[in-house]
Amino acid sequence: MTSRIGVVTFPGTLDDQDALRAARLAGAEPVSLWHRDKDLKQVDAVVLAGGFSYGDYLRAGAISRFSPVMETVVEQARAGMPVLGICNGFQILTEAHLLPGAMLRNDHLHFVCRDQRLRVENADTAWTADYEQGQEISVPLKNMDGRYVADERTLDELEAEGRVAFRYLDVNPNGSLRDIAGITNAAGNVVGLMPHPEHAVEPLVGTGRTDGLGFFTSILKKLVNA
Amino acid sequence: MSLDTVKHATETPDVGQPWAELGLKKDEYERIREILGRRPTGAELAMYSVMWSEHCSYKSSKVHLKQFSEKKPDSDAMLVGIGENAGVVDVGQGYAVTFKVESHNHPSYIEPYQGAATGVGGIVRDILAMGARPVAVVDPLRFGAADHPDTKRVLPGVVAGIGGYGNCLGLPNIGGEVVFDSCYQGNPLVNAGCIGVMKHEDIHLAKASGAGNKVILYGARTGGDGIGGVSVLASETFDDTKPTKRPAVQVGDPFQEKLLIECTLEVFAEKLVAGIQDLGGAGLSCATSELASAGSGGMRVELDAVPLRDATLSPEEILMSESQERMCAIVEPDKVARFLEICEKWDVIATVIGEVTDGERLEIFWHGEQIVDVPPRSVAHEGPTYHRPYARPEWQDALQADDAAKLPRPASSRELREQVLKLVASPNQASKAWVTDQYDRFVQGNTVLAQPEDAGMVRIDEETNLGVAIATDGNGRYAKLDPYAGAQLALAEAYRNVAASGAKPLAVSDCLNFGSPEDPAVMWQFAEATRGLADACLELGTPVTGGNVSLYNQTGDVAIHPTPVVAVLGVIDDVTRRTPIAFAEEGQLLYLLGDTREEFGGSAWSQVVHDHLGGLPPRVDLDRERLLGEILIAASRDGMVDAAHDLSDGGLVQAVTESCLRGGNGARLIVPDGLDAFTFLFSESAGRAVVAVPRSEELRFTDMCGARGLPATRIGVVDGDAIDVQGEFSIPLAELREAHEATIPGLLA
Repeated sequence: MTSRIGVVTFPGTLDDQDALRAARLAGAEPVSLWHRDKDLKQVDAVVLAGGFSYGDYLRAGAISRFSPVMETVVEQARAGMPVLGICNGFQILTEAHLLPGAMLRNDHLHFVCRDQRLRVENADTAWTADYEQGQEISVPLKNMDGRYVADERTLDELEAEGRVAFRYLDVNPNGSLRDIAGITNAAGNVVGLMPHPEHAVEPLVGTGRTDGLGFFTSILKKLVNA
Repeated sequence: MSLDTVKHATETPDVGQPWAELGLKKDEYERIREILGRRPTGAELAMYSVMWSEHCSYKSSKVHLKQFSEKKPDSDAMLVGIGENAGVVDVGQGYAVTFKVESHNHPSYIEPYQGAATGVGGIVRDILAMGARPVAVVDPLRFGAADHPDTKRVLPGVVAGIGGYGNCLGLPNIGGEVVFDSCYQGNPLVNAGCIGVMKHEDIHLAKASGAGNKVILYGARTGGDGIGGVSVLASETFDDTKPTKRPAVQVGDPFQEKLLIECTLEVFAEKLVAGIQDLGGAGLSCATSELASAGSGGMRVELDAVPLRDATLSPEEILMSESQERMCAIVEPDKVARFLEICEKWDVIATVIGEVTDGERLEIFWHGEQIVDVPPRSVAHEGPTYHRPYARPEWQDALQADDAAKLPRPASSRELREQVLKLVASPNQASKAWVTDQYDRFVQGNTVLAQPEDAGMVRIDEETNLGVAIATDGNGRYAKLDPYAGAQLALAEAYRNVAASGAKPLAVSDCLNFGSPEDPAVMWQFAEATRGLADACLELGTPVTGGNVSLYNQTGDVAIHPTPVVAVLGVIDDVTRRTPIAFAEEGQLLYLLGDTREEFGGSAWSQVVHDHLGGLPPRVDLDRERLLGEILIAASRDGMVDAAHDLSDGGLVQAVTESCLRGGNGARLIVPDGLDAFTFLFSESAGRAVVAVPRSEELRFTDMCGARGLPATRIGVVDGDAIDVQGEFSIPLAELREAHEATIPGLLA
């Protein structure tokens, strides 16, 4: 039996189908999860997908974090279940205090959609083990509120503990502090990033690269070996 | 103010009514009285005034638009034709595709962000109302001069509005255009297109049948926004002396629309819907009258049941409100409970506001008192028809006689090089990445091609790799010189773009943007353009499935260039065979397909170098377009070309520049025998494309072209890191890239 990867749909989630497809292409069994449902349907890992949950009203991710499903996600994440937050999912993870910091509006004040080069700074998390430390990958980035910020002490801690998981290369597309594109919690099971690995899993579509598939094969290997 | 009921109207025949303020003409008002046999109530007057406006009734254009039906080519692909929310075509494997382009021009000038945003919302609901899942959007846009201060107000707002709304819906934006011309200064054209996909059996139509079936209004609450937007905004020309009309523009809530999409798809999937209509222009007036008119019975509506954002709205205002993100469904009584349950799941407000009757009237009540009693067809489908006078403008001959061939051409290789750089850096030819990077092109994970490719392409079946492609094109400069040919050239270019991507062109939607129909010269342009487009669609075998007309795009008595924008939809059996524009492999051979003539009338070169518009547009040869299309599709399917790019505005040098920059490779070009370098690089002869052929395929490809009689001229090779025209000049890619990519951010960022 293969591992089950759940993808949560909040009202306004957009990239849930893409995340489910990525999980399937990696060989996992994709499972749809519903925001009103506390039941995680015995999944082994959860992806909080991108989009504009609740229209980003109030603040990106601020309303979703109070949804019933998040109660269970937070509880399970603290118990070690792997959770990946992509874009809006990353914003929800920071709002839920599973990851430190916050996302502000891009410094240039425009939505940005581009093929973004990243460096994998931590290849030891549950979601990055299939990458090499320092590997450079390209995946799509698309966001309005993608500027990662945190206080200096938190940033220093993240750096010192190797918890900066991804860093922007070439261009800092949104003004994120220290070019941070994604981070992990201390245990390495909860990872959040603004770029979209689920859009880079097939050579045919998107940017034509499959650099994002590693997120999903990483977690699958970890779950199968667990 | 007391309620103007039907009873009251009958008793008070001589009360003066504000028909003129509502945009009705005297004879139109008289006709309403004749239809009803009494004066209309205030609510009825509101309904007729919006539904008989130019925007809703097509009263000036429909005598010309009927050619699209009369000259319709035989096509097996058409499943639903003109008249519904959008046309539907068969793309094989049991799939049907619906697509349409609409305008939101006037609102976008007044309030660029909301005008453009709600334009996206409106077209997406049109597609949804056919039963389809929306899968992609495109946005053909036209603005005033790139360096005009007002363009800096309008363009960023429009682009942010399209992005802000479309990105939030999760629809990839895969194509469109951005064109600058001072003729659009006070009248930007914001056209929005959408494609939707469904299975054949899931097609839904806007009609209310079956007495006792319930009328359910669902989506956003009704508010005061956009009241009278249709009749006031779309039918009058801007005039500085009148008070501001800002409140007439609707405000969009894309989050609500996303919920509406998912909710609607779920009620479709459970087969709970007998008829459906979106609420767009003219709001409830339009939805109720169109549903009832197209169905078999009448309809009774309790207007006070409509959920309101503003409790002070009068019944007339509720009927006219253009609040966004609303739909109206006809549901059998035993399915109502499940329908409401699904709406609740998606946090969508849904209210039964009436039912289908076995009568013949549309009857609307306000707290038990009847305020509307009309034959629905008289409102929705039997509005006035005008045979507006039209005449070829007297300046047309002089314009055509002012031949661009007489313009001074570059006198030296150095000047030629300078003009190439000037061309690729000009606002119309420069990279539009600053715009398109504000749109999500990746969402849904099926985008195979997106801008700056020739056509946008999405996969619609992951198992079989079936896909569809769309391109939108229009060239107002060509159409100004000759509206008949200009419309045909717009179709030819979109057709060519779709074929260049490897897809087979199937069907057409159009957005016809013109000045005031009350000007005989404008009406002549409109008549010529529709005739040209209908003739060309017949010849190319691509039926018009629907579209939109936007008139009164003028300031004072100065109209925009006649601007028919044409969208061509194509199908590709296997998207892995698609052809991109990028010259990605060094050593591949470059072939120019088609004939190059000295054609510079309306060209980008004449605009950029000489600020000139005169002469005749390029010659139209639809047989050649079809042959070129067949060759491009066959070459794609059989792997004979690795890149293809259509030649249009800017000519060969523009196409080669784009393909080189996209692929990161240079090109060495040789001017073919019989052509001078200038004509080779800048001519805009139609029916042409440039392709990159792997050496192993050269013989097979040239044999095919030879056998079919398509001229194919070897013009060079993909090589190096410069565009090098032998004996003339060389421009490093880095220099080209800087010229091509810096312009738009420099003007707008």
